[in-house]
Amino acid sequence: MATLVQAVRLALHYGETYLGVTDIFGEDVGPPLGGVFTATQGLKTAWNTPLDERGILGMAMGIAYAGGRPVCEIQFCDYAFNTIDLMKIAGNQRWASGGNYEMPIVLMTPSGSGIRGSLYHSHSFESWASRLAGWKIVMPSNALDAYGLMLSAIADPNPVMVLLPKALLRVRGEQKIPGEPEDEEELKRMIDAPVGDRTGWQPRWPPVQEYFVPLGKAALVRTGHHATVVSYGRTLPLCVKAADELRDSDGLEFDVIDLRSIFPYDWHAISQSIMKTGRILIVNEDTEVTNFGEHLLRRVIDHHYYDLLVRPRVLLGQHIPGIGLNQEYEKNSVPQLPSIREAMKALATEEA
Amino acid sequence: MPRELTQTEGNGLALAADIVSGEYSLPAERCLEIFRLMVRARTMEERMIKMSKSGEGYFWIGGPGEEAFNVPLGLQVKKGRGPDYDFLHLHYRNSGTLIAMGMPVLDGIRQMAMTWTDPHSRGRNFVGHYSVPEWNVLPVCSVIGVNWVKAPGTAHVQKRHGGDGITIVVGGDAGTAEGDFNSCMVWSTRPGHELPVLMIVMNNGYGISTPAYTQHSELHIIDRGKPFGIPGEVVDGNDPIASWHAIDRAMRYVRSERRPYMIEALVSRLYGHSSSSGAMRVRDERDCLAEFEHKLIEAGVLDEEAAARIHKAAQDECEKALEQALKEPKPTAADVRRFTYASSDYDVVYPDDYTGLPNGD
Repeated sequence: MATLVQAVRLALHYGETYLGVTDIFGEDVGPPLGGVFTATQGLKTAWNTPLDERGILGMAMGIAYAGGRPVCEIQFCDYAFNTIDLMKIAGNQRWASGGNYEMPIVLMTPSGSGIRGSLYHSHSFESWASRLAGWKIVMPSNALDAYGLMLSAIADPNPVMVLLPKALLRVRGEQKIPGEPEDEEELKRMIDAPVGDRTGWQPRWPPVQEYFVPLGKAALVRTGHHATVVSYGRTLPLCVKAADELRDSDGLEFDVIDLRSIFPYDWHAISQSIMKTGRILIVNEDTEVTNFGEHLLRRVIDHHYYDLLVRPRVLLGQHIPGIGLNQEYEKNSVPQLPSIREAMKALATEEA
Repeated sequence: MPRELTQTEGNGLALAADIVSGEYSLPAERCLEIFRLMVRARTMEERMIKMSKSGEGYFWIGGPGEEAFNVPLGLQVKKGRGPDYDFLHLHYRNSGTLIAMGMPVLDGIRQMAMTWTDPHSRGRNFVGHYSVPEWNVLPVCSVIGVNWVKAPGTAHVQKRHGGDGITIVVGGDAGTAEGDFNSCMVWSTRPGHELPVLMIVMNNGYGISTPAYTQHSELHIIDRGKPFGIPGEVVDGNDPIASWHAIDRAMRYVRSERRPYMIEALVSRLYGHSSSSGAMRVRDERDCLAEFEHKLIEAGVLDEEAAARIHKAAQDECEKALEQALKEPKPTAADVRRFTYASSDYDVVYPDDYTGLPNGD
């Protein structure tokens, strides 16, 4: 099976071949490197830019104004903070001009912790991004969703930010991307650039097919009647693992919802699950003050206060200036499997 | 001697000589065209300032003092839609450019009056924040400097597309302190990927209330283009004839060479920064309109009566436009969310436009 980052590469190949993508660009995005995580190796429209994040986003906006379809990359979301005002402008162009101009850009950027990235390769971005009205924000937790969400991001005529969980980029999917070869070694030989001299290397693209994951559509990845867990990105597979463990050890069964789209989010899926379980935990690793999960919690309280059996809760990253390199810092800063399992068990077993 | 003018200001043009300014000249007919447009742009701005004080509008910001450059710019734009034509990343003092391109005064007044009929922003944005897709006029943004990083993007598409369309990007002198100005020069001169960007700095000597000489030590802003191999020139932006030729030279270079060029236009700011500083008439700066009017009268292609008629016609036009705009519909509560999103087949929550928080308010 393809890794998440291979899935992104296949989606971009599909995008530039069939969906009209004209430019894929960013720092180290073009040859020879093809992206610091290899997301853009071998793509025919990929090119390198100056190390200028504001320039990258400005270039994307300009290309879109002139009729192109750009996909730009900020190498790590940790370096996107100096582009926030341009993100605001990209999000407001259509609204501000009364529909005169559209802004069909895709910005992809790795987000979150889990690669021992210290202060500036461990940031999360979805809570910041969720405040950018006019954008759509997605965050896949597996390879197939990364493929399908990237295709939707490209095809949607609005600005779409694709947050890629850093920790999961090299994780293989459990489901095949349509058109992907059976043998993952064969896929690697076909589309991964060789280490060392890459002069003359060309990818052999498998005949990948159209596969859209709609924006605003969550996935129910485990079902259970005891409680609901909502997550996305790096913490989603941890929630799934915790759910499986608690099912085996304690007989507790959870609805685990992979939100996939941060905005628009699938309120219907959350709401429906709460009506079933009356218990909800929201898990993500962004810092806890003014966290996107708090917004979901507010919706839960507004709409389901009288449907809840126990207090709704969140498990989020600590409100600290950064994530330290020593792993004692990291594992105590953001949710990990033990803390997630503990929170889920407490949620499911609290007396109503 | 040039002859006197008769009943209407245009009648005697065939007999008038070129109007000369220093080493440059323009045909009298062209000068009269520029003059009329400058008058209309100035009159519109002054009417808007009154609106800001009478309550018919709120904040005012605009371009009185920049008309001698902005009108010749608008007249020389290759006007149209798409990469075959010029893209305009303008700042909020470019009313003269829009009037010269053919924008009705009514459309400027509509934005000041915040009507739903305001074609630039539906009553959402400050005055002077134009957006005209038919002419590649991109939405003007209050944030200074950001134009500089968006301009290489349109130019990148134009370079690849071919043809002679260029990207014109305008900013003030103070905004060149933003890193985005540097970004524009870096991105427009990547070796082998040079871009057709005409960078225009309108140097009025101020950043809001702060004099430029207290913050900037460079002699000329165009000097900053030298390390990038960007040619440039400083022009007297109060002189429409000199400005016309500077723009013509710059455009010819950018259209044919497909590389950037920089103009620094020295201009006035005749009503201060904006209504936030009172929008009071500044008396100690050159007034390009009064100077040009005097020059045309001196040259005999205009007389005082004809000039007065031109001013009066512009005033009548503005009054009529205001009267019309005030009768037109205003945005309503139902319009707040409109135009947030374009329709999408790939979004199950917002297939059409934004409708409030997902599945309910």
